[in-house]
Amino acid sequence: MTIQDRDGPPSHAAPAEELAVGPPGVFARALDSDLWHSFKRSPVTVIAAVVTVLFLVGALFAPLLAPYDPFDPATLILMDGFTPPMTEGFSGNVFWLGTDDQGRDIFSAILYGARISLMVGFAAVTFGMVLGVSLGLLAGYVGGWVDGLIMRVADIFLSFPTILIALLVDGVARAVVPSAFHDTLAIYVLIFAIGVSTWVQYARTVRGSTLVEKNKEYVQAARVIGIHPGLIMLRHVLPNVMGPVLVIATIGLALAIITEATLSFLGIGAPPTRPSLGTLIRIGNDFLFSGEWWITFFPGIALLVLALSVNLLGDWLRDALNPKLR
Amino acid sequence: MAAFIVRRLLQSILVMLVVAFVAFLLFNYVGDPINNMVGQETTTLERDALRERLGLNDPFYVQFLRFVGNAVQGEFGISYRLARPVEDLLAERLPATLELSIVSALIAMGVGLAMGVYTALNRDGWLSRAFMFGSLVGVSLPTFLIGILLIYVFAVELRWLPSFGRGQVVHIGWWTTGLLTASGLKALIMPSITLALFQMTLIMRLVRAEMLEVLRTDYIKFARARGLTNRAIHFGHALKNTMVPVITITGLQLGAIIAFAIITETVFQWPGMGLMFIQAVQFADIPVMSGYLVLIAFFFVVINLVVDLSYYAVDPRLRVESARGAGGH
Repeated sequence: MTIQDRDGPPSHAAPAEELAVGPPGVFARALDSDLWHSFKRSPVTVIAAVVTVLFLVGALFAPLLAPYDPFDPATLILMDGFTPPMTEGFSGNVFWLGTDDQGRDIFSAILYGARISLMVGFAAVTFGMVLGVSLGLLAGYVGGWVDGLIMRVADIFLSFPTILIALLVDGVARAVVPSAFHDTLAIYVLIFAIGVSTWVQYARTVRGSTLVEKNKEYVQAARVIGIHPGLIMLRHVLPNVMGPVLVIATIGLALAIITEATLSFLGIGAPPTRPSLGTLIRIGNDFLFSGEWWITFFPGIALLVLALSVNLLGDWLRDALNPKLR
Repeated sequence: MAAFIVRRLLQSILVMLVVAFVAFLLFNYVGDPINNMVGQETTTLERDALRERLGLNDPFYVQFLRFVGNAVQGEFGISYRLARPVEDLLAERLPATLELSIVSALIAMGVGLAMGVYTALNRDGWLSRAFMFGSLVGVSLPTFLIGILLIYVFAVELRWLPSFGRGQVVHIGWWTTGLLTASGLKALIMPSITLALFQMTLIMRLVRAEMLEVLRTDYIKFARARGLTNRAIHFGHALKNTMVPVITITGLQLGAIIAFAIITETVFQWPGMGLMFIQAVQFADIPVMSGYLVLIAFFFVVINLVVDLSYYAVDPRLRVESARGAGGH
């Protein structure tokens, strides 16, 4: 990744004292106009953003928006099972996207499923980002054997694909957790596994930019007046290395959502009691051969559209923030 | 050169030791191995005797060394679920996974390369645009969804291809192959395409980017000035220089294919190591998990090592730069 080429506005913006209060505002304003223009010029990006926002709203307000509560056994009518899309079930209710074997409304299940998928995605990205950024800062700023150790561990992680690491960590974590807690802890295991599998990218990027920032005058000035190294890292170096991190995080979100869906599909992710989109696809897959295609088709489409939109946003953000790529 | 090889070898051994350590911790400390081996009516005395006999009372490092020693000889204990030696199970399933992975890698490389060259040479053609958009969808499309889609279309609706298994296999020594029977080949079509698709989009984008970069260089302009045919310039001069990074990445992707095979094998119930691993995870079959972990790590380390060394042999610039650290790019 190229980092050195975008140390423009924030790092020269203000002396150390002011930087502590100022950077988010300065940072946001400097980027805002440029970003907004390139955003408006790309219709695909606008569509992707709208779709992503729709998903976010749908997921956040699922309990209010969903026509049925698919996970309340009291309201489920088993006789409604396998109702095809847009038809009336046994009970006379109309289901837009049909129902599954237990009479759960697929549309409602997708809203609730997207909630879990997005929650796990965001949490995993945040976890991976915090872990990676802290280790990267530490490695870059402290250097020496700390740097060596962190980067060797990173090398080991880097020699395996993230999905494999997530699978293995998830598998090991499930083996460690007693089986009675599998369903309750499954979501946290997922977040942990996906987060751990992604920290290296952040760490390497942040380490690289920290090495550059470390030798700049504002950091040396801060060091001369005796500010604690931890404070220098957090207040002065961190804001200046966050740009590329946010790009990685956006692209990472799509990847995290796909990884979560994959693990859930394989049966080692979100439990059927709190299904994510991947779990819904897994459930529907069992009925594919008997012709009930809608149970797996609609969650699949939802997952694809969500992942594609977030991916498009991430791609656009990367290009917009990195003029060198044009 | 020698220093580089030695350092890479040491690094590989270190990776293997770390993975073996994780597998060892998993094997010894998750659950009680004795409990998993004996029935409920076994007395405490017998359990203690077994514990002593298996060496579970030995110091930590002795146990770890023994684990490594066994692993080097290919012994990973007995599967809890299937009550058979893990190494036998892995050996039984290895051919299925390798066959699937290698066929997929060949498809991905062949088609990806052709599409990449095409999109680089006809940048604005509608087919190129379609390929590029398709590759973006391909990146967002999870492997298992592709598999489900293919199964629905070709197995459920059209009934052309089988939806699960390897078809009929032929035994050649301990190796089993599905490449020699019609049903084996038919069964291979959908899984290999599913597995190849993601890597294909990746290789296509890589070839396109590299090719575009090379086409801008001076020696290509010079070749044009010399009046060489487009064909000679594109395939004789440009393609040759794009191949170095492409081969490296493709080599590294072979590892990724073996990893992604876990998903494909689950979708198509392909009787390979990946399917066995997922089942082991679901049933907390620790010996199988740790055996698979060590084996797959070994594959990765070997692939990485070979790719690194071949890269080093192919690109002379690296020999100058590699005096300090191999990291960064």
